[in-house]
Amino acid sequence: MMGTAESDVIKIQEEFKTEALTPGQLMRMRFVRHKMAVFGLVMLVVLILYSFGGALFFSEAQANFTDTKLRLSSPSAAHPFGTDTVGRDILIRTIYGGQISLLIGMAAVVVEVVLGVLIGAIAGYYGGWIDGLLMRFTEAMFNIPQLFLLLVMAKFFGGSVPDINLFGRQFSGSVIVIIVIIGLTSWMYLARIVRANFLSLKEREFVLAAHTTGTSNLSIIFQHILPNSIAPIIVSGTLSVANAILSEAYISFLGLGVKPPTATWGNMLEGAYNYVATAPWLWIFPGLLIVLTVLSINFVGDGLRDAVDPHALIDAG
Amino acid sequence: MSRYIIRRLLQAIPLLFIISVLLFVLMINTGDPLSTLGGRRVTRPEDRERLSRQLGLDQPIYKQYLFWLIGNDWTKVDMEGDGIAETPGTRKGILRGDFGTSMVQRGKAVTEIILDRLPNTLILMIPAEIIVIILSLAVGVYSALRQYTVTDHIITGLSFIGYSMPIFFIALVSMYIFGVNFKAWGLPYLPTVGMFDPKIGKTTGQVLLHMVLPIFSLTVISAAGYSRFVRSQMLEVISEDYIRTARSKGLPNRMVITGHALKNAALPLVTIIGLDIPLLLGGAVVTESIFAWPGMGRLFIDHLSRSDTPVVMGILMMISVAVILSQLITDIIYAWLDPRIRYS
Repeated sequence: MMGTAESDVIKIQEEFKTEALTPGQLMRMRFVRHKMAVFGLVMLVVLILYSFGGALFFSEAQANFTDTKLRLSSPSAAHPFGTDTVGRDILIRTIYGGQISLLIGMAAVVVEVVLGVLIGAIAGYYGGWIDGLLMRFTEAMFNIPQLFLLLVMAKFFGGSVPDINLFGRQFSGSVIVIIVIIGLTSWMYLARIVRANFLSLKEREFVLAAHTTGTSNLSIIFQHILPNSIAPIIVSGTLSVANAILSEAYISFLGLGVKPPTATWGNMLEGAYNYVATAPWLWIFPGLLIVLTVLSINFVGDGLRDAVDPHALIDAG
Repeated sequence: MSRYIIRRLLQAIPLLFIISVLLFVLMINTGDPLSTLGGRRVTRPEDRERLSRQLGLDQPIYKQYLFWLIGNDWTKVDMEGDGIAETPGTRKGILRGDFGTSMVQRGKAVTEIILDRLPNTLILMIPAEIIVIILSLAVGVYSALRQYTVTDHIITGLSFIGYSMPIFFIALVSMYIFGVNFKAWGLPYLPTVGMFDPKIGKTTGQVLLHMVLPIFSLTVISAAGYSRFVRSQMLEVISEDYIRTARSKGLPNRMVITGHALKNAALPLVTIIGLDIPLLLGGAVVTESIFAWPGMGRLFIDHLSRSDTPVVMGILMMISVAVILSQLITDIIYAWLDPRIRYS
């Protein structure tokens, strides 16, 4: 009698026993619960497919093909999004422009993350006068409004980089310029986060242990401390992609960005305000694509922030 | 406290020095201000040489910076190109309040050029900022008190969209709807460009009418970010113990919200506003460009594109000083509003 009861209890207990979830699984669960984040991720995949998949149907020559007889023609079957001021097809240009805009967004963030992590890690880890010097510089950069600094830098580097050939395609050198200057003007926030993280982590026992076993400073920074502050870097980096795409749009909109014929969503809008009434399709389509992209990335970033935050409840927001 | 203020002001000196060197070196190398001076005429080489000597552009960059910083009235400069410095300098330098003269608008003082434009920017930015603060407080609190209801979700969604939207897009859309389509539909429509209709002249009514769309665009973008911030602050505050205490002692809900919660939730907003206020001086570069508003933002773009270092540096240094000062003032106000904070 007792035996069966006991085995029943064990059986019931085993039914209730669940595998412990790894932090990664918990993170994924929290992200998926965030409906808008999932929506953002799906939208982002669609937008990437649009820009890179669309290239399978149209060639870049078609995107840059000018037909002055067809200037500013409204959307039609032949040109679903209409044509621009020199008769280029806007649909095909949004496809190729999307590639460059997304590329700029991601590459600029790589520059930003490398600079921000390096400066933040060195300042936080070494402290002392190195920290003082680096943080003074960071603060100085912080105090110049980003758009103003971007415009000055765009003018500074403008036209100094020759066109480049990559994967058999011709890119305007200004693409590189824009990537670099967006990276150069946006690393400060990240540097501060990384520094703060390093300041608290370097006092921990595992760092002390690494020191006593004779691990080099470089290895402590990159292999011991950095992996522990990766979560805020990923979240901030994701949100930075959205900001970088917006920055590109702003400087290109003001005429200091990527030079035509290379299309970006931003430079398709240059001078569009002269056609508010006469040719709204000039700015509606690239504008909407920018909004959708930035919105999706912000949703994903927001979801990631909740997902990597161990204090957040599973059913939060 | 006063020791804290003095220390902060002293710290600002190296900061401004780094900023000014960085920007000056960038600006000097952005292009040739002489190329646009002659208008359509091509400047002759001898004229170019004379001009660059008069403007001091032939000097090495450290000397140009030095003259810009502390002036050149303590030394003599070479005006004739014979290698002998004979003319005493006249510039006083930015440290003594002399911002120099514009290179592309010959002889016009930078301060004069800036002061011409500053009021135009301020009448646009100050009302916009006030509307943004009121609107975002109202919206943020409203949606925080109705957390996870349909209204809250709609507001959160809309603010996300506003936050993600480049300002030129909302500007173009609003111009298209309220300027172009309203006109086409025979409705009263709003003007889309400039500060006033040249046929009517610069009357108060005209300026007000032309302000509507730029302010609308600025408000939509900023209010979205602000209200998200207010909402999250409010949510944090209403879960605090002192709110529960206030409720349990029978205080009416309205009093709890306005008297206890709002005060504490609005506090961090002071920091955000403090960071934004100096940017108002610079104007909204993009907004002013779209709406052809003759403010600081357009001044900056116009003179940057012609590499007019004194004017661009004047604008940038003015903003940088404003940023540093308003950060300090924000910290002081914050400590005054929130006695829990102590600076040492």
